[in-house]
Amino acid sequence: MAERRTLKLALIGSAAGLFSGIFGVGGGSVIVPALVLSLGYNQREAAGTSLLAITMIAAFAAALQAGYGNVHVLDGVLIGVPAIVGVLIGARVARVVPHRTLALVFSAVLLAASVELILE
Amino acid sequence: MIGALLIGLVGGVIAGLLGLGGGVIFVPGLVLLLHLGQQQAEATSLLAIVPVALVGAISHARHGNVRARDGAMVGAVALAGAALGVVLANALSGALLRDAFALLMIFVAFELARSALRRPIP
Repeated sequence: MAERRTLKLALIGSAAGLFSGIFGVGGGSVIVPALVLSLGYNQREAAGTSLLAITMIAAFAAALQAGYGNVHVLDGVLIGVPAIVGVLIGARVARVVPHRTLALVFSAVLLAASVELILE
Repeated sequence: MIGALLIGLVGGVIAGLLGLGGGVIFVPGLVLLLHLGQQQAEATSLLAIVPVALVGAISHARHGNVRARDGAMVGAVALAGAALGVVLANALSGALLRDAFALLMIFVAFELARSALRRPIP
C-alpha cells in the first residue's frame, strides 16, 4: 500500500525533525531504527538513507538557529570538517577492534559526561 | 580553536567506530570543553553535522545504499518538525534543555551497552 508507506515516511520525518530541532542532533537515532522496523530496510540502507534526510534537516535547523544568533560558525566548521576525517578513520579501525569493549567503554564515558552536564 | 578541532576529530572517530551520530558527542563537547550555552552548543552541532552527513550520504550512495526518494521525503517532511523543535529549544531555559539532553545521553549509553552485550563475541 503506497499510501501507508508514505504515511510511515511522513511520521518518521516529523518525529526525527522534532527530535533534531530540540536536541541539536541529526535524528539518525530516530530514523535508522524506524526505517528498519517499519519499512524493512537493512541496516546499511537505513544508515545511508537517513544521512540524506539528516543533511537536509541539520542544514535547515542550523539556518533557523542562526536566526536566533546561536550558531558559532567557526567552531561548527572546525568541528564538522575534521569530523569527516575522524569518521573515516573510525570506520576503518572498527573493522579490526573488538566492538564490545569499545562500546562498553564509551557507554561509560557518555554516562560520566551526562552527569557532568547535569551538574554544570 | 584547538578545542573545536579536537571535538571534531575525536568525536568523528568515536562516531565512525560505534556507528553513532556526531551530535550526541558534539553537543556535550561544546558545553563541557568550550563552555557554550546549551542552545549555542546545539545550534553549532547542527552546523557541524551538515558536512559529515553530506559526505556520509555521498559515500553510501556510491555503494547503492541510499533510497533517495524515501530519504528526501523524510527530510522534507522533517523540516516542519525541526522548525517546531528549534522554537521549543529556544523557549526552554538552558538548564532544563541541558538536563533533557543529559537524559538523552543516558538513554544512548544504555542502548549502546545493551547492543554491545547482545552481540556475540566474534
